[in-house]
Amino acid sequence: MMTIFEKFQPLAETRQQLQKNASNFFNVVMEEIISGTEATFNGRRMILAGSNNYLGLSFDSDCIEAACRAARREGTGTTGSRMANGTFSGHVALEQELADYFGRRRAIVFSTGYIANLAILSTVVGPGEVILLDADCHASIYDGCRLGGAEIIRFRHNDVEDLEKRLRRLEKRKTNVLVVAEGLYSMLGDRAPLADIVAAKQKYGAYLMVDEAHSLGVLGDNGRGLAEEAGVEDGVDFVVGTFSKSLGAIGGFCVSKHLELDLVRYASRPYVFTASSSPSIIASTRQALRILSTRPELRRQLWENANWLYQHLRDLDFNLGPELSPIVAARFENKEDAFKLWSNLLEGGVYVNLVLPPATPDGHTLLRCSVSAAHTREQMEHICKAFTDVKG
Amino acid sequence: MQLNKKITKEVIEILRPLVPDGQPVDIETDLVADLGLDSLKVMKLVETVEDNFDISIPLNILPDVRTVSDFVLAIQKLFEDE
Repeated sequence: MMTIFEKFQPLAETRQQLQKNASNFFNVVMEEIISGTEATFNGRRMILAGSNNYLGLSFDSDCIEAACRAARREGTGTTGSRMANGTFSGHVALEQELADYFGRRRAIVFSTGYIANLAILSTVVGPGEVILLDADCHASIYDGCRLGGAEIIRFRHNDVEDLEKRLRRLEKRKTNVLVVAEGLYSMLGDRAPLADIVAAKQKYGAYLMVDEAHSLGVLGDNGRGLAEEAGVEDGVDFVVGTFSKSLGAIGGFCVSKHLELDLVRYASRPYVFTASSSPSIIASTRQALRILSTRPELRRQLWENANWLYQHLRDLDFNLGPELSPIVAARFENKEDAFKLWSNLLEGGVYVNLVLPPATPDGHTLLRCSVSAAHTREQMEHICKAFTDVKG
Repeated sequence: MQLNKKITKEVIEILRPLVPDGQPVDIETDLVADLGLDSLKVMKLVETVEDNFDISIPLNILPDVRTVSDFVLAIQKLFEDE
């Protein structure tokens, strides 16, 4: 009889291949975290060019101070669920501040962005209802869909015509349909065609959820994400996001114009059965949220850095994602080529994400960079030089 | 339920370019065990079938689909439900 581990054999083979070609892949341990953009690995300093720390706020002195004060005042953890003893005044205040920032009536804070997607998607729609999700949505969206009882249908990535076709087919069912898209897609950094998606969902009377995990703090004059940039915030029923990227901590949220969002708290197992975020996380996130509104220069710097890297890699003839964004991903048909370049970049003192299919679109292997406002001119030059060197 | 011949023929035609040359495909062929279809190829198969038959195939049905005949029956059921 097979052992219970037999089914992992394909993973073992991929691991073996990686160990041969990119032996450090499984051993990336940041030893000393020098800043939001630098750490040591194997005793060597390395520039972090794949950390999603878009505004560099994980090392903001005010955020750190707020976290320290909260830990001293309220302890290291809540030790309870939001439904039990885990709702502190900070959680409630952050929810109000998120609702105010987004101009929505209700907000819920979750312990991670992953849990936010599980909680909303498994609860807001249920048996007999339908989720129409973009094919390139994040794994947490797929997992949230699976956790609930709704029918799950994909539409082709960023293809509004395909979405409309599927909405049309569903019309005669006369059931609730929730369309799901992302602000910036995490692998290639491309935007959803949100104005057209909003028009389609309105035409067919559907609901719309947008995950702004990678676009919060990055897009829009006030950093509220793609819906703000596209001028369609009123057309988005649910905005989901994370604290673990632009806000430099960990956690998730959902904001909505629908007052009934509050009822989700009582129906959502991922919300009810998880310990709530620690006071230090809530405090640093509240401070970071204030910074999104008050320091637009961080966003300008982020885009300047993104533009610089994107143009440089394009000039080097890398096969990049379709549009400029702080996520700059080089695509490879051949895994081994990507493994080799990733190792050489690491040797050159630059860490980027190595991402393998099926987690990537179209079966490509990716060297995925994410640029930060905190990358200095010297660091950007170092990253660009490392790519030039590995390109040979 | 009887397999619809037209749907069966079309599904097998759609499958052919996704599998190695010369690999036999019939109604009892297992999509993963026999043809080695990975998740990307399964989604390509689903999209092509959706286009050809003008239907949407929910992901929920896929865990119960192992063979070509399972897939054909699932498609037939979708037509019936409509």
